[in-house]
Amino acid sequence: MSGATAATVILNGLTLAALYFVVASGFSLIFGLMRTVNMAHGSLYLVGAYIGYAVFEPLYDRDLWYAWYLAILAGMAAAALFGVLMQTVLLGWMQGQELRQALVTIALSIIVADQLLARFGGTPRQFFAPDALFGSTALPLIGNYPTFRLVQIGVALAVGIGLWLLLNRTRLGLMVRAGVDDRPMLAAMGVNVPLVAVLVFALGAALAGLGGVIGATAQPLAQGVDARFLLTALVVVIVGGMGSIAGTAIGALLVGLAEQIGQALFPTYSVILTFLIMVVVLAIRPQGIMGRAR
Amino acid sequence: MADRPILELSDLNVHYGQAHALQNVSLSLGLAPVAVVGRNGMGKTTLCQSIIGLTRSSGGSVLMEGHEVSRLPAHRIARHGLAIVPQGRRTFPSLTVDEHLRLASSGKGGAWTIARVYETFPRLAERRNNGGTQLSGGEQQMLAIARALLANPRYVIMDEPSEGLAPVIVDHLIDVLRALSKDGIGLLLVEQKLALATAVCDRVEIMLNGRIAASMTASALMADFSMQQRYLGVASAGH
Repeated sequence: MSGATAATVILNGLTLAALYFVVASGFSLIFGLMRTVNMAHGSLYLVGAYIGYAVFEPLYDRDLWYAWYLAILAGMAAAALFGVLMQTVLLGWMQGQELRQALVTIALSIIVADQLLARFGGTPRQFFAPDALFGSTALPLIGNYPTFRLVQIGVALAVGIGLWLLLNRTRLGLMVRAGVDDRPMLAAMGVNVPLVAVLVFALGAALAGLGGVIGATAQPLAQGVDARFLLTALVVVIVGGMGSIAGTAIGALLVGLAEQIGQALFPTYSVILTFLIMVVVLAIRPQGIMGRAR
Repeated sequence: MADRPILELSDLNVHYGQAHALQNVSLSLGLAPVAVVGRNGMGKTTLCQSIIGLTRSSGGSVLMEGHEVSRLPAHRIARHGLAIVPQGRRTFPSLTVDEHLRLASSGKGGAWTIARVYETFPRLAERRNNGGTQLSGGEQQMLAIARALLANPRYVIMDEPSEGLAPVIVDHLIDVLRALSKDGIGLLLVEQKLALATAVCDRVEIMLNGRIAASMTASALMADFSMQQRYLGVASAGH
């Protein structure tokens, strides 16, 4: 493999990791505070992408420059709203019953996928990035590289820094971190923990929705991507450590790079590589790379 | 001096499945600190947890300054001015000392501020950027107490605050607890160490098998050796 090819493969891995991080960070955030294994996280991705698309299409047809940006906002808002409904109507009532929550969210993900299929049909759709983010950028060593993929990395960095600031520099962040440690004690301090839980669910869902629009700009949106992103998010947070944002970043990097490098070196078996990483991590450090043993 | 009640428990009951852990406990608690003593497993921690709403009571009432709070969720009980220093401290491992205090600080003003906490517990000031897991047992205990006081509660419940503390720190703790009523904070002190309980509180309630078995002055209990042996199983007062 030439140096340029290797650099391209690694950059492809980083851009994929960026998308995985955005989606999985929401999953990890929700799990961290509520111990909810949200098996409908992929559905939140789909809801964000399809609602975003429904907003995007008519505006794009009229050549409005802000079509894509509005799609991002609409996708995030729709996913957040859906997440809040999930938490308040269904999951909040079974707080602490992890298996029941997992089963309910699996059921929900099947319903959502079928409802979206009924409304939007099975034709793959793809967002067109605005002109400013479209085209290619010349990079040293690699040459021309799709600009939008670099934007993906920028979005992931912004999400990562934003989450870090939120968790470490705000009062809500203090509540979330304290709640991860000891929910009853936090409540005894006068903090409305169920309300914090709804806010966290909204944020985690909005990140899935953001991932949906970004992801469907990079590659076509079709039925079944929800399962793919759910599975990837699961692997990423298991490898990185449930509930840790830094761990999610490391997990996303490992999985994204492994997928791309695997496809370049041994395409037939590349799928195995992701799960090999998971098996090794589970064998050596079952709580994940940055996870805390409990 | 008549002590107007702040917190009134009447016929409080708690069941854990078949076990009747708290049986018809009634207490009228004012500004003067009150100690609850008794051997392990007599229901002292259950009493604390049920008042603060972390364990659901199966009957009876808890009046906080005249408001019925026993059916409220824990966070709303806390907002009525109740705070707890729980058994085992339960500080947050992910938060630094300073973050604990900022989270606990009500920001509404009151006698206790973060600056006063650092003044009262200089050890915490030295450790302000250390995480909750890097603290010694005694430091965690100070942090748990500071966390409760920063809410500027009307009433604070402390469950075994001297657990794991060095004797020199216990003396300091006694001074802090004695001064609480000056800030208008009532105190229910659940304590195994009779010497600490009687040094802080004039009134002592003795728990036996989920009930209040006896209520007396601290000096009467200190003088009654057979009572101490019967209810507390101590060989001598706190030593």
